[in-house]
Amino acid sequence: MTELTPVLSATWDAEQSWKLSTYEDHGGYRALKKALGMEQNDIVQAIKDSGLRGRGGAGFPTGMKWGFLPPDDGGPRYLVVNADESEPGTCKDIPTMLSAPHVLIEGVAITSYAIGCNHAFIYLRGEVTHVYRRLMQAVREAYAAGHLGKNIHGSGFDLDVTVHAGAGAYICGEETALLDSLEGRRGQPRLKPPFPAVAGLYARPTVVNNVESVSSVPAIIDRGVEWFTSMGTERSKGMGLFSLSGHVERPGQYEAPLGITLRELIDMAGGMRGGKKLKFWTPGGSSTPIFTEEHLDTPLDYESVGAAGSMLGTRALQIFDETTCVVRVVTRWTEFYKHESCGKCTPCREGTFWLTQILKRVENGQGTEADIQQLLDTCESILGRAFCALGDGATSCISSSIQYFREEFEQHIAEGACPFDHSKSALFEYDAAKVTEEAHA
Amino acid sequence: MTYDADTLAQLRKDANDIVGRYPVKRSALLPLLHLVQSVDGYVSPDGIAFCADVVDLTSAEVSAVATFYTQYKRRPNGEYQVGVCTTALCATMGGDEIWRQLSDKCGVGHDETTADGKISLERIECNAACDYAPVMMVNWEFFDNMTPDRALRIVDDILEGRDVKPTRGPNKVSTFKETERVLAGFEDGKADEDQGVGDPTLVGLKIAREQGWEEQR
Amino acid sequence: MTSTADKATTEAVETVTLTIDSREVTVPKGTLIIRAAEQVGIDIPRFCDHPLLKPAGACRQCLVDVAAPDREGNVRPFPKPQASCTMTAMDGMVVNTQHSSESAKKAQEGVMELLLINHPLDCPVCDKGGECPLQNQAMSSGRTETRFIDVKRVFEKPLALSSEILLDRERCVLCQRCTRFSKEIAGDAFIDLQNRGAMQQIGTFNEDVLNFDGYEPIGVAAEDESGRAFSSYFSGNTVQICPVGALTSASYRFRSRPFDLVSSAGISEHDSSGAAIRTDHRRGKILRRLADNDPVVNEEWVTDKDRFAFTWQNLSDRITRPLVRGEDGELHEASWPEALAAAAKGLRTALDGDGEDATPQGAAVLPGGRVTMEDAYAYQKFARLVLRTNDVDIRTRVASDEEQDFLGSSVAGTGMGVTFTDLEKAPAVLLAGFEPEDEGGVVFLRLRKSLGRQRVFTIAPYLSRGAEKLDATLLATAPGGEGKAFAAVKGSTDAAEALKQDGAVIIVGERLAGAPGAFTQALALAKRTGAKLAWIPRRAGERGAVEAGALPALLPGGRSVTEASARDAVAQAWGADALPEQAGRSASAIIADAAAGKIDALVVGGVTPSDLSDDLTAALEATGFVLSLEVRRSEVADYADVVLPVAPPSEKSGTFVNWEGRLRGFATAIKTDAMSDHRVLDILARELGVHLGTGAVAEISQQLGSLGAATKAERPAAPKVDAAKVDAKAGSELVLASWHLLVDEGALQDGEPYLAGTGRTAVARLSRKTADAVGLKDGLVTISSGTGSLELPVVITDMIDGVVWVPAKSPGSWVAQELGVEPGARVTVKGGV
Repeated sequence: MTELTPVLSATWDAEQSWKLSTYEDHGGYRALKKALGMEQNDIVQAIKDSGLRGRGGAGFPTGMKWGFLPPDDGGPRYLVVNADESEPGTCKDIPTMLSAPHVLIEGVAITSYAIGCNHAFIYLRGEVTHVYRRLMQAVREAYAAGHLGKNIHGSGFDLDVTVHAGAGAYICGEETALLDSLEGRRGQPRLKPPFPAVAGLYARPTVVNNVESVSSVPAIIDRGVEWFTSMGTERSKGMGLFSLSGHVERPGQYEAPLGITLRELIDMAGGMRGGKKLKFWTPGGSSTPIFTEEHLDTPLDYESVGAAGSMLGTRALQIFDETTCVVRVVTRWTEFYKHESCGKCTPCREGTFWLTQILKRVENGQGTEADIQQLLDTCESILGRAFCALGDGATSCISSSIQYFREEFEQHIAEGACPFDHSKSALFEYDAAKVTEEAHA
Repeated sequence: MTYDADTLAQLRKDANDIVGRYPVKRSALLPLLHLVQSVDGYVSPDGIAFCADVVDLTSAEVSAVATFYTQYKRRPNGEYQVGVCTTALCATMGGDEIWRQLSDKCGVGHDETTADGKISLERIECNAACDYAPVMMVNWEFFDNMTPDRALRIVDDILEGRDVKPTRGPNKVSTFKETERVLAGFEDGKADEDQGVGDPTLVGLKIAREQGWEEQR
Repeated sequence: MTSTADKATTEAVETVTLTIDSREVTVPKGTLIIRAAEQVGIDIPRFCDHPLLKPAGACRQCLVDVAAPDREGNVRPFPKPQASCTMTAMDGMVVNTQHSSESAKKAQEGVMELLLINHPLDCPVCDKGGECPLQNQAMSSGRTETRFIDVKRVFEKPLALSSEILLDRERCVLCQRCTRFSKEIAGDAFIDLQNRGAMQQIGTFNEDVLNFDGYEPIGVAAEDESGRAFSSYFSGNTVQICPVGALTSASYRFRSRPFDLVSSAGISEHDSSGAAIRTDHRRGKILRRLADNDPVVNEEWVTDKDRFAFTWQNLSDRITRPLVRGEDGELHEASWPEALAAAAKGLRTALDGDGEDATPQGAAVLPGGRVTMEDAYAYQKFARLVLRTNDVDIRTRVASDEEQDFLGSSVAGTGMGVTFTDLEKAPAVLLAGFEPEDEGGVVFLRLRKSLGRQRVFTIAPYLSRGAEKLDATLLATAPGGEGKAFAAVKGSTDAAEALKQDGAVIIVGERLAGAPGAFTQALALAKRTGAKLAWIPRRAGERGAVEAGALPALLPGGRSVTEASARDAVAQAWGADALPEQAGRSASAIIADAAAGKIDALVVGGVTPSDLSDDLTAALEATGFVLSLEVRRSEVADYADVVLPVAPPSEKSGTFVNWEGRLRGFATAIKTDAMSDHRVLDILARELGVHLGTGAVAEISQQLGSLGAATKAERPAAPKVDAAKVDAKAGSELVLASWHLLVDEGALQDGEPYLAGTGRTAVARLSRKTADAVGLKDGLVTISSGTGSLELPVVITDMIDGVVWVPAKSPGSWVAQELGVEPGARVTVKGGV
């Protein structure tokens, strides 16, 4: 039995957990003081040694990312925290920032010190007002306490932090689109190279890290690399927030070592809702190919999930039971990608436009047998050919759902209607027949 | 621009403050557009001209940005922006039905505003609260674990002028304009208001405490 | 002046060698794969890629398979096809395009299918049909039948981005060439991507299109004072580079099919840049003009004036037959022999008297500034050999003796001097009396190409929008005071330091002729700093006329009329006994003397009276005999005794010499009976018993070639004129500043309302302090001189006090005609109208 390991979430149940005083009472900013006494390179090395991998989905080693910065040329370099949490199913950074914003601020301070940054930015998605309030307050408190600002704790290190609210665009979670957005532009991805490490924000060397990655830094500095590497699997070290949502009895945040299985997590979550059967799930958000019951024991680490044909992504475990129509869910995800496609490249812009139309027809029973092949072909025209990963992500749920549930697509086409009663998958009762009647009225 | 002198003076003062947060002026554009919404209740053509002037862009470049992001509204928005998440998971868990009943009740569709200017209804995409599905947002405050009945009650309260209280957030939802001022980066002193941490946020921690797992750390 | 090629560069270039479709190619390091493929003739389809724009990687049509060596040198394939328009070539890279890779072919076909799902099938009525990259690509590698059975995206069409540029959004493939051009090249970000995802589209801020509530904002942040959108001087280039039929021009829309057109190469007649153009015509009618690709001059860009202003030559007032004034006082069509006889008679009388008048006062020639070099040569030779006078001057604009000495000593016969390439490479540029965007659009684009790596300084009353886009530093100067401004660039001033850098350039415009001492000081500054000096006049014919000697004190090749050896050399070449010795009168003096009845005959070329501050009509009225050589029936014809029709540029061959000194020869695009000025003058000379030898372009070239450039001794001395001090103070007497905006009411822009619609609104510019002193009423001012006044709205501008700026010939602001003065003059300004 894998045990949960609350680290980032350890203080969330404290009274006014978001306040500086609460955080400091629990040892907050101890790591910053320790870090300020260390050589910058030693901090980078520690993060490299910890094996911490980017918690924003791609899983790129965080320390290595820091190490890509060119040598100091005297000009500014930036840390930008990606707090644009928007991937469907992903809901870990928002509670982190709402409940314990200081763990992020402390992480920002240590990371900035390590990489030689004097102005860091937190790019928060704009649709979470209260989170923004908490972050702005936390930054204000941190300045007042001398954790930010000039000559932090007498170290000679200066750091300003700007919390920036976005305005509603999923694509800004892509790091170069985020940088363009932070520069006041349309959030469309940039050509790479140059990579942000070389020419990022304002064309200066920049590290873009996810909230959870940066928030993991203080604990690693405070408790040591060995403590961190004692958790997780051989190549997926440490702990992470696993966000269970959907048809489980107790959805929510489970902070556990990487490598825990969904079976264990569902167990802790009190099982499936009403004892129903698991049908499909996403291991890391809607951009990761879906899994089914057969993957219940797949260790949730980067390697194992990859080997099983999906991606660990953001550990956004969206659980759907047997009452759920997979065609409906996939159609909704595809509509999401169509809505969020930035429009820059042909495959993603036109492809998601087309896929949505086909899927809507199929879901409503107006599909043709050729449609399933067309879905696969169109996915092929997007996958690996779009400008950024959004396009790839849009195809994952379609290709994988046809792989596992082709019959269900065919059933929609053959029966000329969706065979599911949608009200059965809702958390409350309503009359689905009435809805259908109205829709056709 | 048709702003009166006082409004313009305040806008310029706030814009200065925003521009001062960034090493490069253009970075201020997103918060500036939020600021414009806090004054006009939407991104008005005047607001476009104002932003263009502040950050030295053409109006085409400003509208290019304003029309890229969904939070920027092109017509006067309702006092309360009511968003129902209808992305896959929330839709499945009941978001679709909540949307249907709210749309029925308000008599408006997506991105439309009730005649009294109280409510703008929007189908929103995933708002990063999936463990609280189905989710509704009012002026971008969390209304978790919605049912049609609770959603209708909230809308009733708004239409009848009563304060509404989010499940995770301040004691009452601010107006759209007030909210936009916060999103422009101006604190409103409500950061400490709290309706309690929701169960899903604490579920793992609770189990760990019950099991004594966290003690080893 | 014979070289047309830039000096070869000798810098060593680091190269890489890669293999594309089994063919080895070596290219400079940093070359994109798509460019490298072009080197070996391998065409990779593309839409967003354009060699002069930064890579975008947006359309994804150019996907190819790439394998590249890893750190150990093992060539490893990339897992996904790569966009060849964004990836640079590497040593040892192996690229397989659609010609040799199934997966590349499949990827391209996939993108093509996606591009077409929303594209309308309106090729039969689309202007681009027949020359459309998308159509071609669809024909060669698209599916024969669409698999898309759902609902296409539709938009209201067309959308007018300006009076000239129309957008059919449903045809657009969102390659962003137009927006990238507008931002990167022209600096006019008046169009941008709007909306997101599948609804993304190109556009201005248009509240109706984007569904905004309200109205269009007008004010400081709007595009110009009119609030009009997309009033870029270069907007037509977006139509040309649009790879589909999304952008079209109002003037060409639905006019023709590309396969019905005959294309002829040409040179634009609109400014001194000598931009290469392509004229497309059908059955003798010009349907459109395009930019031609000339990498050393205009690259692939032209101004909207170069592109759209061609209708002037085919308006209803075009003259095709000679006209002779009859007994009834009216002009009547006449045969060429009749007209030539009448012209000869009139001129002969002016030269020799009619028997009764014992003291004939002779004739003078005003050829105008739009002549080709050959025409200019013929006019001056006609004056000197036939009319026996040096009274010939193309400078129907502000001019001075100092300028003529400058041109004779430092410009004429100096060959290629500063080039466009030099401008691009210059670390610093100082502008004086010259607004690059308005008075030399292509020059502006070349300077802007160096934005960020070039310091630009401008001696001007204020930073024009063009100068702002060059990030120029203003050396605020009232017109007339440029000489002092040059003198102040010394010691360790910013500009002086910048100009000391190797390759720095000083650009002087023709307007400096109105500033005493300016040319003198420009020469001194060039000497002081080592910077190169370039004279960039506005009109296309100026440099050629200077070379050809169509100036009162200059013979061909920079020879001074007052140098006997120079005169002898020319006389000998022309087989004449002698040339008139006395320097001729300037255009301004000719006009004044003619008006005073001191000249008996005038030969007038392409001169528009309203362009001149001098009273040309009074001169024409007072002169006994007026001969007009014109394309269209102009105001000059109203006073002319004989009018001889001449060919417009599209109907003749010849040479414009651009400001670089580069010969820009062009052939006849449309063959008609119309003759060039030089040929008409040749025939007329024969009628007067003189063999001019200017019947053919080749004859003239031969003569100019054998004459060659003047020796130093034959040239006039460099000018030495004291710099004038201009005392400009806020008050009611202000110094007038003015120049021609690129799009205005010049005669060569007649008949093109769509272009005119993109012109900037005429406004008067004053500093805040000056405006306060004047006292505005309703935002208006009245500007008066002794002869007339202008009433214009005011835009308060950050500019030098005591100066009022107005556009030279924009709607409602015809400065020369109404005020009768040149920039630098004092005018009275008062608030209100």
